[in-house]
Amino acid sequence: MTNTIPTSADVIVVGGGLVGMAVAYGLAKAGTSTLVLDQGDDAFRASRGNFGLVWVQGKGFDRLEYSRWTRLSALAWPGLAEGLLRETDVDVRLKQPGGFHMCFSDNELAERQSRLAGMQAKLGDYPFEMLDQADLNARLPGIGPKVVGASYTPMDGHVNPLKLLRALHAGSRYHGATVLGRMSVERIEFLPGEFAVVTSQRRFTAPRIVLAAGLGNRALAEQVGLHAPVAPNRGQVLVSERVQSFLDYPTINVRQTDEGTVQLGDSMEEVGFNDLTTTDVLAKIAQRGVTTFPLLAGVRLVRAWGALRVMSPDGYPIYQQSDSHPGAFVVTCHSGVTLAAAHATRMAPWIRGGERPEELAVFAGERFLTGEVFSHAH
Amino acid sequence: MPTDSLFRRVDVDGSRLITVTFDDQPLQVPSGLTVAAALLLAGVRYFRTSPVSGEARAPYCMMGVCFECLVEINGVPSRQSCLIEVADGMRIRSQQGARDLPFTASEPVVMEVQP
Amino acid sequence: MNLEPIDVVVIGAGPAGMAGARTLAELGISVVLLDEQVAAGGQIYRGIASASPARREMLGTDYGDGVPLTDALKGSTVRHETGASVWQVTRERQVHYLKDGRVRSFAAKTVLLATGAMERPFPIPGWTLPGVMTAGAAQILLKTAGIGPQGPVVLAGCGPLLYLLGWQYLRAGIEISALVDTSRREDYWRARGHLLKALRAWPYLRKGISLLRALRKNEVPHYTGAEGLQIEGEAQVQALSFVVDGQQHRLPASTVLLHQGVVPNIQFTQALRAQHRWDDAQLCFVPETDHWGRLDVPFISAAGDGTGIGGAQVAALQGQLAALGLARDLGRITPAQRDSRAAPLRDQLEKNLRIRPFLDALYRPRDENRIPPRDDVTICRCEEVTAGDIRRFVELGCSGPNQAKSFGRCGMGPCQGRMCGLTVTEIIAKTRGLSPDEVGYFRIRPPIKPITLGELASG
Repeated sequence: MTNTIPTSADVIVVGGGLVGMAVAYGLAKAGTSTLVLDQGDDAFRASRGNFGLVWVQGKGFDRLEYSRWTRLSALAWPGLAEGLLRETDVDVRLKQPGGFHMCFSDNELAERQSRLAGMQAKLGDYPFEMLDQADLNARLPGIGPKVVGASYTPMDGHVNPLKLLRALHAGSRYHGATVLGRMSVERIEFLPGEFAVVTSQRRFTAPRIVLAAGLGNRALAEQVGLHAPVAPNRGQVLVSERVQSFLDYPTINVRQTDEGTVQLGDSMEEVGFNDLTTTDVLAKIAQRGVTTFPLLAGVRLVRAWGALRVMSPDGYPIYQQSDSHPGAFVVTCHSGVTLAAAHATRMAPWIRGGERPEELAVFAGERFLTGEVFSHAH
Repeated sequence: MPTDSLFRRVDVDGSRLITVTFDDQPLQVPSGLTVAAALLLAGVRYFRTSPVSGEARAPYCMMGVCFECLVEINGVPSRQSCLIEVADGMRIRSQQGARDLPFTASEPVVMEVQP
Repeated sequence: MNLEPIDVVVIGAGPAGMAGARTLAELGISVVLLDEQVAAGGQIYRGIASASPARREMLGTDYGDGVPLTDALKGSTVRHETGASVWQVTRERQVHYLKDGRVRSFAAKTVLLATGAMERPFPIPGWTLPGVMTAGAAQILLKTAGIGPQGPVVLAGCGPLLYLLGWQYLRAGIEISALVDTSRREDYWRARGHLLKALRAWPYLRKGISLLRALRKNEVPHYTGAEGLQIEGEAQVQALSFVVDGQQHRLPASTVLLHQGVVPNIQFTQALRAQHRWDDAQLCFVPETDHWGRLDVPFISAAGDGTGIGGAQVAALQGQLAALGLARDLGRITPAQRDSRAAPLRDQLEKNLRIRPFLDALYRPRDENRIPPRDDVTICRCEEVTAGDIRRFVELGCSGPNQAKSFGRCGMGPCQGRMCGLTVTEIIAKTRGLSPDEVGYFRIRPPIKPITLGELASG
């Protein structure tokens, strides 16, 4: 097998998670010879730990370019899902029936309303509804009495994120891309006209490279004149046994998967490279879940996990081509599911040498070099 | 549904017979046994169907590892019957596919056990 | 969350846990023994406290060895919590368990994991059919309920437990249709190299020989070198078919009892991210420990079959040694006291371990019964993932068990990968031409035992 491993390509994508695979899928589909270098089985992988939402509502209220980019991806999602099904026979189970964001106090509900109304005023086409307890009960039977209301937007949806990862792997392969696992990139060398990506086992070359290595981007970006100061942010998620269907819509903290399991999430903690779970956080997530849907109290958990989000200082993505090392790109974000369709459709032309999609101008990594203090708590 | 049992008692200790129901059918079983052992002895051949394919399943490990013996006991689904002792009046039901949530149960759930 | 402080939490009341807890208590150390069963004994001495003298007699003298252990535990100051399911142990030594539907928690200075063994998965066609059980399961039914199968019963596989069960069935008057042994002549040749050492553990060897002799005397048909095992039936077992020396056999059966050894239960040590290594003699992962059973996680030790299969005697000795190690770590005895108490235990341990290389070589489960050659064999019983699915995921670039889990839900069902973990590792290793160590194991996550959302929320 070893003698058939390619050592060069038009584009090398570093990282085989949802971000890297979506970009690679788009590139391969556009006819680019694409090589993906992925880490081993025990790497930190946000892609295996996420919540599966294709979520629009409320995102980017202080950075409208992000709202637009998110919306664009949500709109492109049905096309991505259909393409993947056709090419790989994997149904990623996309459903976009709209989603609910539960509020547990009148204050929270009022704040929610003002946030969404503000976004609607600026963005125009931004449908949403505020529901009081009675409205919500009518829409979602089984909701608990402590939920005072919710916001609903028809823009939201969910997929099976694990099927998505598998479909992107299969789809990339279908279009001729090569994915090599167990490849830890040690360094990147810049040679005239091409990059050499050096792993512990061998050396790969390509005129263009895309860094989509999640938390690994921080160190790799520096080597090619890019700035990607991402840091881990832990989310803990619970998943239950399979139960009969009870919830047709995704919500921000509880959703039922196509397989019947119930996922509950998600927390945010800055704890470094630690993806273990803690009992107090798990208990809080369970409390919130049972408060939202009391009928879940008797449901058995099968697994609880921690996964590390790839968080930039302001919480928004970083998309950039290096000025000093043209041909080197960085792509990083913490919404690899929602943005998968944008990554699969909009990135390839840019990476192949075309113009940068104009909505991405504000997402260059240099924004973090200004000395400004950032917060991703939004 | 209980049929001719594939198991029999090979030694008789002092245990008394108690009555439980399995899918509404009364069964006389010895006290002191786990629910799984009692059902096997009473001739229950399968305990549940898989939520994936609907295949019939029965206890495999009897030590809490394999989760094949899941049944509903006194209205509570997904109990590991190999780890729970039978009690007089226990109402046991086979579990067909994915478990019900309380509000989708096909019949009202009565929580108290008959005396 | 209310955390009760304690010196040591011991998890598992089998021989290692019982002996370890008692040793600690004798040194005046506060110790709680948590176990999910209704009584102490573990799987090996399951039901020992309630078994009638007649049943003990039927099960044989080794089973009776559990009586002094459980009696001594009763007479000690060990706080033994029965019906206690431990669902999470953290690296900071918080131990969370469920008892009577309530979450309770300890903040332990040290933890001793004595979680024992479980049956090795036996993934062959038809192994999910009702009527198929492990030999261990059948033995638990005999020990705790005094019940055994009627109708045609076939025992299949290899390993001492299979013969012991056959012998116990004969004593209980249970008819056995056949013993289908997967060991081959070459296994005996391979084991021969260890025979000399094994002869020094003569009592063990003699026991094995006498079991086989009893089976022969009772004219139980005994097939050896069986391959191509396949369980037939639609909704219930109907037959076991197999090949011996190129000849096809088909034995009608309503019960098939499978066994090919036991493997360490590593759910807790894996969830703690302790270092593990592949043991190629025993074909399983074992946690790395020092000679006091200490893991590479501070103040957490492991003893007994959960650290590698040695049997009940070895487990009890390891439990005592681990207890002495922890007593020293707690500053309750001096290194000299620890070492002098440990010396005779180590001698006994060495004696008891002599037979192991011989048994491991003799009863090495066949590749085809661990790594199904047929693509349609279910390996993950919960999510019904097949051997072929895993091989297809590898072809897609999947590098290890965790990616395989993502790609096809293998190991994501209620058993949390206990029934498929080793199989997945070995299939990937064989397909990719890597060692199991390089491939690794499932990342195990809590809850280790089932807990409802309501129970967790109340914790």
